[in-house]
Amino acid sequence: MDLILAKSMKIAGFLLLLAGWLLILSALALLARSGPRNAFLLAGSGVELLGLVLFVRSHITLKEDSD
Amino acid sequence: MSETQTALCIMFLLLTPLAGGGLALMNAGLGRTRNAAHSMMAALCVIAVAACVYFVCGRAFQGYAGGLARVLTIAGKPWDWLGAEPWFFSGLPMDSFGVGLVIGAPPVFLFAWFGILSVGLAGLIPLGSGADRWRLGAVCASTALLSGLTFPVFAHWSWGGGWLAQLGVNFGLGRGYLDAGGAGTIHALGGLTALAITWIVGARRGKYTSEGMPMAIPGHNAVLVLFGCMVAFVGWLGLNSAGAMLFAGVGLGRVPLIAVNTLLGASASALVAAVITKLRFGKPDASLTANGWVGGLVAGSAGCAFVPPAAILIVGLVAGALVTFSVELLDLRLEVDDPGGAISVHAVGGIWGVLAVGLFGRLEAAGDGQLLAQVVGIGTLIGFVLPLTYGLNWLLNLGMPQRVAVEGEHQGMDLYELGAGAYPEFMTHTDDFMR
Repeated sequence: MDLILAKSMKIAGFLLLLAGWLLILSALALLARSGPRNAFLLAGSGVELLGLVLFVRSHITLKEDSD
Repeated sequence: MSETQTALCIMFLLLTPLAGGGLALMNAGLGRTRNAAHSMMAALCVIAVAACVYFVCGRAFQGYAGGLARVLTIAGKPWDWLGAEPWFFSGLPMDSFGVGLVIGAPPVFLFAWFGILSVGLAGLIPLGSGADRWRLGAVCASTALLSGLTFPVFAHWSWGGGWLAQLGVNFGLGRGYLDAGGAGTIHALGGLTALAITWIVGARRGKYTSEGMPMAIPGHNAVLVLFGCMVAFVGWLGLNSAGAMLFAGVGLGRVPLIAVNTLLGASASALVAAVITKLRFGKPDASLTANGWVGGLVAGSAGCAFVPPAAILIVGLVAGALVTFSVELLDLRLEVDDPGGAISVHAVGGIWGVLAVGLFGRLEAAGDGQLLAQVVGIGTLIGFVLPLTYGLNWLLNLGMPQRVAVEGEHQGMDLYELGAGAYPEFMTHTDDFMR
């Protein structure tokens, strides 16, 4: 169960990292006013952070499971 | 560039390989005796593979500002996403002065030379993390991926006139993403690759107990590690000076500032690391102080030409604390076995250095938004470079296992992969074979 959960977390983390970056790119491309654009840039960074945390947690769980 | 500028830039580029030499010495010293020759051999192979692959296609993908590139137009704005120069260094003028002296013409051979040195340095960084268990063949293959794809793509975006560099022109974010000495482009990229490698190859056998408690596996030669710091410092002087002249367009008048900043950043960072370890463990720790020194060099790289000395002192102080605490965080809490401390030094230090340009940089005609431009750069490193390098190395691991076999780890990489040790007169302990 832990193994399935860890692998799901890893995939989710991976996708969130990419999604956060795409959010940053989209904010730059689509938003002209600086206020909303800056807010979306920071939101994208937040999504990346979440993805990184999930990615790190998944590796800890996978390592504990293999031990 | 004037003739004098070109000549000095060439001199700085000649110093730059010492940065790689210093890192190689540190990686060897922080590993075990039974892996020392393997570590230095791997460093040599990394530099060789990186140079050849960068020559074949890396430079073509990196390109340079004003050179041939692939550009997408989205919402009326150009997005320069990949260099489109010829492969095999084709089209480069044989005589750098011939082009460099034409007013307004970019010194294209110097860009290529800086690139071929930088990619080797970036490739050396993951070696510290994969020490004692990363196979030589896998090291070479992973380096080929880094120097043929990961590094050139990001280097194009930051140094080659790509969309990150144009954030200022296209979106009004300061002067665009700035990274004169490569804190992000070389070090954070190399450090994030090191993180991917440690996750893929796993921890060294015996590093963690079954309860997850980390065991101390100290480096075998503190003298090599500390001497490596001094050698790396000389290389960094060349790296920062040449990078600032080539990619940030600074003149010779800034070189003394760059030299002072390089020294101050490293000094403050090393002292903080020494003080923290003295306070926590009773005595200053040599390997963490060395990591602090290099962390300060890394963090100071991005803003070496734009940050005043008083601010670079703060950058160094923060870098020293970040490196020391992140080594502990990775080792104890996140169960990431990084013998060389490369993730803390290069990824954490590099990202902090990139951010520091936005916080402390004094840039002419930058306007607002420099901090955001730097944040976008960091977002790209974490959201694009980390998944890319992890994905590439994960795929590589499917076809070519990156971790050495169990007997290789027991016997030592020197004997197992090279057939001879670095210190043949040493007695080989029975437990080295039996554990």
